[in-house]
Amino acid sequence: MTRITVMDAIDQALAEEMARDPAVLLMGEGVATKRRALVEAFGSARVRNTPLAEGIIAGTAVGAAATGLRPVVDLLFAPFLCYAMDELVNSAGKLRYLSGGQFDFPLVAIAMTGAGWGVGAQHNHNLEAWFAHAPGLKVAMPSTAADFKGMLKSAIRDPDPVLFFVDIALAYTDGEVPAGEHLVPLGRAARRREGRDVTLISYAKTVAVCEQAAELLAVQGISAEVLDLRCIKPLDEAAILASVRRTGRAVVVHEASRTCGVGAEVAALIGEHAWDALRAPVLRVTGPDAPAPASPPLEQAYVPQPAAVAAAAQRLMAGAETAACV
Amino acid sequence: MGIRLYDGRAEELLQAMWLIRAYEERAVALQAEQGVPGTCTAVGQEAAAVGVVSALGADDLILTNHRSAGHLLARGADPGRMLAEVMGRRDGYCKGKSGSLHISAKELGVVLTSTIVGGELALATGVALSQQMLGRRGVVACFFGDGAACEGRFHESLNLAAVWRLPVLYVCENNQWQAFVHRRETMLADNIAARAVGYGMDTAVVDGNDPEAVRAAALEAVETIRATGRPYFLEARTYRLRGHFEPDDQAYVDQDELAAWRARDPLALLEARLLAAGRIDADALQALRAEAYRRIDAGWRFAVDSPYPAAAELITDVYA
Ligand SMILES: Cc1ncc(C[n+]2csc(CCOP(=O)(O)OP(=O)(O)O)c2C)c(N)n1
Repeated sequence: MTRITVMDAIDQALAEEMARDPAVLLMGEGVATKRRALVEAFGSARVRNTPLAEGIIAGTAVGAAATGLRPVVDLLFAPFLCYAMDELVNSAGKLRYLSGGQFDFPLVAIAMTGAGWGVGAQHNHNLEAWFAHAPGLKVAMPSTAADFKGMLKSAIRDPDPVLFFVDIALAYTDGEVPAGEHLVPLGRAARRREGRDVTLISYAKTVAVCEQAAELLAVQGISAEVLDLRCIKPLDEAAILASVRRTGRAVVVHEASRTCGVGAEVAALIGEHAWDALRAPVLRVTGPDAPAPASPPLEQAYVPQPAAVAAAAQRLMAGAETAACV
Repeated sequence: MGIRLYDGRAEELLQAMWLIRAYEERAVALQAEQGVPGTCTAVGQEAAAVGVVSALGADDLILTNHRSAGHLLARGADPGRMLAEVMGRRDGYCKGKSGSLHISAKELGVVLTSTIVGGELALATGVALSQQMLGRRGVVACFFGDGAACEGRFHESLNLAAVWRLPVLYVCENNQWQAFVHRRETMLADNIAARAVGYGMDTAVVDGNDPEAVRAAALEAVETIRATGRPYFLEARTYRLRGHFEPDDQAYVDQDELAAWRARDPLALLEARLLAAGRIDADALQALRAEAYRRIDAGWRFAVDSPYPAAAELITDVYA
């Protein structure tokens, strides 16, 4: 185990998978400039700078994936995925099915997401729910350096297209990461903290927010469990339901806008399958239904805060269920 | 402060270029000292901005991108309100919601700014369609880089503007860089204007470091658009002297190439020309530079004094 940053964990995963499988290649705007070590190790055919053209980058990846390569494309920031949306959604997500299973699409699209850089809404947008809503795509959104490495390696080996989101606020945080082979399966949540009274369910940077909220709650004698989804699709339904069955209460927390967000899906899942275990309604603490502003204090206000999460949990404990909107 | 109109005197062009240079130096310092994010300068590209904007009239509209400061300032934008925006303050042109990357100022005819590269090219056709259908005479100047010319939207925009005869002045500031990738890595043709020829457009390629040459070419382009009603493509050949954004050590840049373009700094070139022609003396030059820095200083004080927006602003302006 060594402590490395999320960025270094991503580099390690890329290097190890490229060494393991000659079909893996990396493409994107400036990737060969910024990842010189990979170019030196694997050559410029396998680490390619592309023109500034997300549509054709993604489309090329889809075509290549269908026919023997395992492309990883770095699309920089999540909003730019909108230019690549057609290729990812209409081609990568659908053509396996439409071809009756004749073609696989083993590709990974990496993009940075979320608040933390202060550059405004055309570089900062959490789009994970958009892609989770599209059939045929998988969506990973880790929160720890070890998971970034282990899940990226799994994503590269996966036969299906995976959207791999890097929360920008996490990019330069560090954590213990096993050297060498370390695989974390897609679709498996992680319990970050055990608790009896309420489950705080989250992913990416708001996992830490939930951990802080759990500390605040502990002081008040409330025992909160923290569940890190890690993967939005496939969603670890069993882990969510098992936890909520233990605690009887749930708060879903994410930075993405509330409406039709991942929180809605998780809440519905719990309502459908663990209704009998619920002692209070499921609450959501999310970013607002607004684009992300650049102004630093407004950008901070955009991100769910530990106090708000703790307050939501307290309301559930107090039985004030009808205080619906957080 | 309203839209700035030039009579084209070289001193005026120089003054505008110094204002831009001083502004961007301040923006760089704000990034270095206070971590103000998203700073994309266009140091070295002042002549292209000033040359084109000086050729526009009050009715003409501008669309721009992440490297917009020069276009805005040349148009007469208040440096204080720009700096306030960059610093996320309430009195910025966009109430602090834009930050440095999406500054627009409707009152100056800077209608939209897209930091989605190529977004401005998509929008320009619609803005020009409004001009055409509502019988307004202003042309639409759309600024973008050589990188944007690789996006599919570039081609779609040019084709539509050509077949619908939309009054767009496409201004490609070919600064040789696309973030961390040199233009040579992403295109084989040496000039981008050739693509516009393929879409049936009149084109010109100009030395983007010579403001008088850019201005002359832009005047000609605007006149042609007004006369024919058709789009026109102007490519200004220039260079991005600083990094893609701040901070950026430019370790990936060919130092000889950078030095060669530094030696062609557009401000120094114009100063030398004016001095040689006896149209300005060293004292006047010094005064002109000092005035630019003084204005930026005043603007900075205005920006610092402006408060941050209230948290309630988080959810305003989302819908009409
Ligand atoms: C759609 C999209 N892709 C990528 C980016 C990231 N990005 C911002 S500026 C830039 C380079 C743009 O190059 P060019 O169009 O030549 O303009 P320049 O920055 O050189 O002025 C890149 C890749 C972006 N903002 N939008």
